[in-house]
Amino acid sequence: MSYVGIVLISHSVKVVEGIHELVRQVEKNVPIEIAGGTDDLEIGTSVEKIQNAIEKAYSDKGVVILFDLGSAIMNAELALEITGYENVKIADAPLLEGSYVAAVEAGMGKTLEEVVKTAEETRTSNKIHS
Amino acid sequence: MNFQVNEVRQWIELTNEKIQRNKEYLTELDQAIGDGDHGINMARGFQEVVNKTSSSEYTSVSDILKDVAMTLMSKVGGASGPLYGTAFLKMSMALKDKDVVDYNSLVLAIDQALQGIIQRGKANEREKTLVDVWAPVVKFLQDRTTFHADKLIQVAEKAMDDTKDLMAIKGRAAYLKERSIGHLDPGSVSSYYLFQSLGEAIKGGS
Repeated sequence: MSYVGIVLISHSVKVVEGIHELVRQVEKNVPIEIAGGTDDLEIGTSVEKIQNAIEKAYSDKGVVILFDLGSAIMNAELALEITGYENVKIADAPLLEGSYVAAVEAGMGKTLEEVVKTAEETRTSNKIHS
Repeated sequence: MNFQVNEVRQWIELTNEKIQRNKEYLTELDQAIGDGDHGINMARGFQEVVNKTSSSEYTSVSDILKDVAMTLMSKVGGASGPLYGTAFLKMSMALKDKDVVDYNSLVLAIDQALQGIIQRGKANEREKTLVDVWAPVVKFLQDRTTFHADKLIQVAEKAMDDTKDLMAIKGRAAYLKERSIGHLDPGSVSSYYLFQSLGEAIKGGS
């Protein structure tokens, strides 16, 4: 069985390494790839790293991309245009919370659309319940 | 007007010189309203561009512009990478199969670059981004029929200065809201260097 793959993009390598580690604790089977920092591991994002991560995470179920800040989305869109991947979606969601629920949903065998929708819902969901 | 491979080389080299010389200044501007890496990123990116183009042979303007684009996309790291990369890629595409680049073709190519920047950054005018330099420059070029280096540089400089009073809507500076007013937009300053260099490169070649 294949799962929706997940690509985590951050300006910082440490951020995505940490999130990857944290998410892996709850979800063992889903392909999760990271693209953190520039080619020289400086703060920034790299089109090439994003392309490679998408390729590795890709299956016929597709890939959801989560990113941290502003310019990461430009490089993500650029990577998609250059490679011409279909069935890859960028989720407009907080990186940590979005990645966490995306991985759980993907692990349940949900479709790409369902995974993206649930990840995006973390934008408005309360973290403190009274 | 003469715009051949040699003029593109000069354009890029002059831009690189200005960026290297003003690296600290660009970084200071970006520290005021952004993440403080514009000078470092642009200096790294354009140095790589010059390294690449000075060690390669080109038979067309389109080819050298494409190499500039790909290098910027992969080496800059911040938002200016995909934005300037897209701009040069669009210029390269617009000038494909052109043996001689006349004034109208150049203007069309720069307009395509602007459209690329707008599309990539999803920015409009008056949002305190490099669009605020590119858009007035394109309009100025479209209103004329021949190249005029000094006027071009003046228009770009004024457009750059005008970003000072704007409130940032896009990019990292947008988080600062009204605190972004009173500072020049770093991307507009680097775009000014780019157009200043274009003026100098074409003027020198004619």
